[in-house]
Amino acid sequence: MTLGRFLLRRALFALLLTFVASSAALLLTLLSPGDFAADGTFGDPELMAARRTQLGLDRPVAAQYADWVSRAVRLDFGQSLLYSRPVAGLLGERALNTAVLAAAALGVATVLGIPLGIYTGTRQRGAGVRVVRTLSVVMLSMPPLIASLVMVLFAARTGWFPVGGMMSAGASEMSWAGWMADVAHHIPLPALALALPLAATLERLQGQAMSDAIRQPFVRAAEARGLSSDQAMLRHGWRVSLGAVLGLYGLMIGSLFSGSFIVEVVTAWPGLGRLMYDALRARDLYLVAGCAAAGAFCLAVGTFLADVLLAVADPRAHMEARS
Amino acid sequence: MTRRVALLLAALGIIAVAAPWLAPYSPETQYRRFLYAPPMRPHVIDAGGWRTPFVYAIEMTDQLSQRYAEDRDRPRPLPWFDSDAVDPVFLLGADSYGRDLLSRLLHGARLSLSLSLVAALGALLMGAAIGGVAGYRGGWVDEAAMRSVDFVVVLPVIYVALVLRALLPLALAPPTVFVMMAGIFALVGWPFVARGVRGIVAAEREREYVVAARSLGAGTGRIVARHLLPACAGYLLVQFTLLLPAFILGEATLSYVGLGFPEHVASWGTMLIEAANPNAMQRFPWTLAPAVAIFLVVLVANVVLQSDKIGSNLIRRA
Repeated sequence: MTLGRFLLRRALFALLLTFVASSAALLLTLLSPGDFAADGTFGDPELMAARRTQLGLDRPVAAQYADWVSRAVRLDFGQSLLYSRPVAGLLGERALNTAVLAAAALGVATVLGIPLGIYTGTRQRGAGVRVVRTLSVVMLSMPPLIASLVMVLFAARTGWFPVGGMMSAGASEMSWAGWMADVAHHIPLPALALALPLAATLERLQGQAMSDAIRQPFVRAAEARGLSSDQAMLRHGWRVSLGAVLGLYGLMIGSLFSGSFIVEVVTAWPGLGRLMYDALRARDLYLVAGCAAAGAFCLAVGTFLADVLLAVADPRAHMEARS
Repeated sequence: MTRRVALLLAALGIIAVAAPWLAPYSPETQYRRFLYAPPMRPHVIDAGGWRTPFVYAIEMTDQLSQRYAEDRDRPRPLPWFDSDAVDPVFLLGADSYGRDLLSRLLHGARLSLSLSLVAALGALLMGAAIGGVAGYRGGWVDEAAMRSVDFVVVLPVIYVALVLRALLPLALAPPTVFVMMAGIFALVGWPFVARGVRGIVAAEREREYVVAARSLGAGTGRIVARHLLPACAGYLLVQFTLLLPAFILGEATLSYVGLGFPEHVASWGTMLIEAANPNAMQRFPWTLAPAVAIFLVVLVANVVLQSDKIGSNLIRRA
């Protein structure tokens, strides 16, 4: 398979994933008991019926679905019933917030995990290695739910960081630089809560891959040609170990998304996960479908980027028939 | 590996099964005079020297800030040896309703662990069956099963569970919630199992012993069940060790956001709702006890996995 065809297949998969995920979310919401019309009517059947007609919720499921699809392909995701705003605008805002959080977490995980993995992988024993390994098992056992609760406790006890939210109350009136500083003050704890287990996973994998790679003959050969052993390991050993590590990035995008949901709920980060949760609770069907579409799209783009990265770093990867 | 998993299971099982006898109080009794009572520290020494372990009774000193102080003149036995039902002894403290956290933690262990156990077994069964058939039959069955697996595996699991749960009726009786959550978890968990089982079965079915069994006239069902699935035993065990903590977390997450068990039912997830308010959590950190329990279970599972070659190999392949 050529690289072009490989990329094309991945792009098609991304579209299919977005379509199926959002359709499934919409249909499930349509078919589930209860709808948005019940909200705020105090169970008055006449009022509820009137609202259903007004919102178009009394039409057959197939008609509502067809209507939604015909508009969604033109990127019109309808009006959110809960927020009385176009879904698309709401999604853009919240997806950006989630993306910022996820990117920060991925960055922190990489910066922590990769160097530590190289360290534990090249040195098989010693007190430092043992400390890192122990820490890494502990971090691995702190899933985002637990980690974010610990972070909130830390913030509340020390007062060094805000306990929740993405910006302070008056942030919209601040200057651009002030706003950035404000967000930068809010982001460390949620990002760390999301990043720590990932950093531990990366450290474990990089350590394994590294200790495999440095036993390869070409690392010895590089040393024999006169490279210092550090250089041989970094320039030759690490490069080869990257294949396995980059492969993990594709999978990590999924766990970033999963993890960010609970982190967003615990630390009140206004992201896609919280929006989806609110939409589900309120049975705001267009918003549910929109969130699913946006989430699936981000997920597909993330995995796609990871695949491209892998293909560039290790040209053998895309030769295998992967879908 | 097998022994360690068995040990882990046995320990968790004993706590879960014996919870009603181990728990000193009912998990739902509210002691209104002891809202947010702090953990009472066991002592073994008093002014008169060594004694059997005991605690000092507590007295509220400030109604407004919910502060309590030890009353050094009133030693009390540990809760299991204490018959006073009015003035309980809180070894792990009390929550915002004055319920004993230790009792809730033990009863919660029972609910959370049995739920994830049932769900994990369900996921293993489904995964082994579908993966086994796909790997053995090959062809379009394999293709269809693995394409759908690919699709589910890329989705963030928690969102799938969230959507499925959120769209079912919210207020349900605890047993219904139990069955429903176990079903949802099994449904999102099986593809991970199926993928690995399929790979192992597809590789094993060409081996001599399978060919021999087939030529002796063994049917498909017999070969898969008696010869191929045992080859996956190690893999299934590892998957079980991965799924169990994942489902405990799943329950905690869903219950925490209000989509799991109702609040009064003690599970590790519903107990964490107490910690949702940062101010209360910071002043009464003992409400985080279930978080510590979850952490310990996940830690033990990780240590079991890590201590074993199979485990680390699988993590590498994942």
